[in-house]
Amino acid sequence: MRQRSVIPGFGLSLGYTAFYAGLVVFIPLAALFIEASNLGWGELWQTISAPQAVASYRLSFGASLVAASLNLIFGLLVAWVLVRYPFPGKKFIDALVDLPFALPTAVAGIALTALYTPNGWVGHLLNFKVAYTPLGVVVALTFIGLPFVVRTVQPVLAELEAEIEEAAASLGANRWQTFRRVLFPALLPAMLTGFALAFARAVGEYGSVVFISGNMPFRTEITPLLIITKLEQYNYAGAAALGVAMLLVSFALLLIINSLQHWSAKKTGGK
Amino acid sequence: MAGTITTLGNSHAPRISNVTQESRPVRWLLISLAIAFLFLFLALPLAAVFSEAFSRGWQVYWQALQEPDAWAAIRLTLIAAGIAVPLNVIFGVAAAWAITKFSFRGKQFLITLIDLPFAVSPVIAGLTYVLLYGSHGPLWSWLSEHDIKIIFATPGIVMATIFVTFPFIARELIPLMEEQGTSHEEAALTLGASGWQTFRRITLPAIKWGLLYGIILCNARAMGEFGAVSVVSGHIRGQTNTLPLHIEIAYNEYHFAAAFACASLLALLALATLFVKSLLEWKERHERFLASQAARKEP
Amino acid sequence: MSFRSLLAVFGLATLLSAPAFADREILNVSYDPTRELYKEFNAAFIKKWQKEHGETITVRQSHGGAGKQTRAIIDGLEGDVATLALAYDIDSISEKTGIIPKNWQSRLPNNSAPYTSTIVLLVRKGNPKGIHDWDDLIKPGVEVITPNPKTSGGARWNYLAAWAYAKKKYGSDEKARDFITKLYRHVPVLDSGARGSTNTFVKRGIGDVLLAWENEAFLAINELGKDQFEIVVPSISILAEPPVTVLDKNAKKHGTLDIAQAYLEFLYSPTGQDLAGKHYYRPTDPKFVKKYANQFPKVNLVTVDNAFGGWQKAQKTHFNDGGVFDHIYQPGN
Repeated sequence: MRQRSVIPGFGLSLGYTAFYAGLVVFIPLAALFIEASNLGWGELWQTISAPQAVASYRLSFGASLVAASLNLIFGLLVAWVLVRYPFPGKKFIDALVDLPFALPTAVAGIALTALYTPNGWVGHLLNFKVAYTPLGVVVALTFIGLPFVVRTVQPVLAELEAEIEEAAASLGANRWQTFRRVLFPALLPAMLTGFALAFARAVGEYGSVVFISGNMPFRTEITPLLIITKLEQYNYAGAAALGVAMLLVSFALLLIINSLQHWSAKKTGGK
Repeated sequence: MAGTITTLGNSHAPRISNVTQESRPVRWLLISLAIAFLFLFLALPLAAVFSEAFSRGWQVYWQALQEPDAWAAIRLTLIAAGIAVPLNVIFGVAAAWAITKFSFRGKQFLITLIDLPFAVSPVIAGLTYVLLYGSHGPLWSWLSEHDIKIIFATPGIVMATIFVTFPFIARELIPLMEEQGTSHEEAALTLGASGWQTFRRITLPAIKWGLLYGIILCNARAMGEFGAVSVVSGHIRGQTNTLPLHIEIAYNEYHFAAAFACASLLALLALATLFVKSLLEWKERHERFLASQAARKEP
Repeated sequence: MSFRSLLAVFGLATLLSAPAFADREILNVSYDPTRELYKEFNAAFIKKWQKEHGETITVRQSHGGAGKQTRAIIDGLEGDVATLALAYDIDSISEKTGIIPKNWQSRLPNNSAPYTSTIVLLVRKGNPKGIHDWDDLIKPGVEVITPNPKTSGGARWNYLAAWAYAKKKYGSDEKARDFITKLYRHVPVLDSGARGSTNTFVKRGIGDVLLAWENEAFLAINELGKDQFEIVVPSISILAEPPVTVLDKNAKKHGTLDIAQAYLEFLYSPTGQDLAGKHYYRPTDPKFVKKYANQFPKVNLVTVDNAFGGWQKAQKTHFNDGGVFDHIYQPGN
């Protein structure tokens, strides 16, 4: 360890950070690993690779992927519209984007279920089922992850120099070419970060999904629900095993996010 | 994860000239698409909450909010947020200071550790506290000997809340302080200011809006947390139910209007949060504007 | 150092926010459908205790799916009494914690069940799908709402009632298993608790029939729509005995053993029995059985002990991981 500057407080701030992070994050998560290790390798693998668990990963990760992709496309669109075009009510819409951060997930779940069941406001307009199908899970996860792409792309888009686009235009590029060749590469790191964040958040989501999913084993059962189910059968080690599996995936995702960040910072000249 | 929740101004918008502008129909198509998407996924759920809340009129709405159990839930929610948010503020500032003002080995690991609660399922968060402090945990015999209740009591709920909201403030401050660099602090220090003075007079004013924004989001999340708290609460009425849990209970007792009345409180909180946030952004932009005006006059 | 002193202040605040015990209080950890019953019963008990002992007490309630509540007790939720959905859950408490002795069930009359119930079918008004008995549930186009037996006590009673019917009608465990498999093919939503299922059926309008506790079915009709639903009584159902027990170790620790015991005994008293009947639980006291005889239809009831060899065995065969229920959802089944 070394200190870069004359600035004081290194020991105090780092010590406190490490202490607090250890207390709040590291020790509890270590407890999870210890509990899971009670199973032994064979049984651990058996729990993680049980068909019902695998089906739940497929739903959790699949639906999260779809939801994050939806948010990627529409998030870019919303960010673009909010940064580039003036229109009435823009301020209000800009503020509304953060709603999923602030609204309790259970409330979101109940409200979405009420909307999308066959007798709900939206549900009765559709001739296919949304609530209690994997599609319902996607709806809830899209809601949960909505702010991420918007909020990562928005500042980058706002900071982009108009000169580059003007230069592209004066060199004869049409609007679409400018977007694809000039803007898109500049926005890509932010988009990917937002996508990964929305995805990571969606994979772990519980509160809103249980209301709308229908919770059918092999069909609409998400992994966090399976963990709860195991817990309620007093199978602590089994629950911890699934928790560890999810945790490792989350950790890998975060590492990817952070290296994306690193990569994009380097690309833009490194602040 | 930097820049997740970054305050920003739209000051660049007017500079865009005609060459880089889409045609009017394309513009309106994009705007309508964006609004349609937000309407479907944001405005409708919000409207559903309020419409259910008032489905039986104002009277039922007020009654639902006056119930003692609802009050107890509100109180507990305030206590949990009131403890979790300041603790996370202290941590967030300390972490951002350590991470942005110094370079040391293991920094990436520390950053990832700070991010982790963000990606961990709230259910797993609750489970870890059950494993640690529950009757099968390593601390149980000591805790019960000293009659300290953690799980199924206020401390457990506070801890779960802290875990879930842990990254918010640090995550808001790190990119901000990274961008600001260390030159101002170094200048102050060479001029003879103490470390604490430097922090208070130089660093704090520079990060105050980001800090406030982080606090607001952290607070909103703390008050709204459901999954993690549900696992460690024990659901004792009037004692260990937070507002989101109280909503679930009211809903399960067929008091739908009451459940949504409480939910609308939290939705109002969300809206108030967003309002304050917009205000902060506006104020920050205004200050920047004044500063740039002043700078322009001076030379 | 201000960080640490702040931390100390917050730590102190945390400890202090646990309420100081002015009055003695007991905590009743219960399952989902007893909410209304215990709301009224607790008020009556507090009054009685005040009158007899001149002491003001508080009775706290915790409700949730039976599995969740049992787990909370096992994990350290210090309830003074448990009033749960089935004996297996309380057996688990005894087995995993030693809070209560093994013979808990013989400490109070009627296998420690002060009231009983059964499982009935709740259908929409006019019974449009013509549902009269269990085998109507597997007719094409019928959707059945029942919670997940892995997490809900009521759902286990539902499952066993259907099984008992099929075994009697078709003659073998094999065929009963086929019937159950078919039945769950007709279930579009598996909520985690009984209340979740009732909400799905009533509020969301999903499904044609709800498998429900008898008292839950009555409550749904009275609370949510007298002219929207009707109860269908199947030819066979199961005698559900929701048991109660004092959680000895916790109550001793709190110094509330006397209250806890009196609380449960009060359930067997005329007041308790009357309240049970009023909230659509079947009383066990013959006097109140008679009083509420008109309210409850006659049902041919089997017991878990006779039909399934007791809860331990039923749980192991049907509901544990790898049991019959899990096989229903295996792909290719």
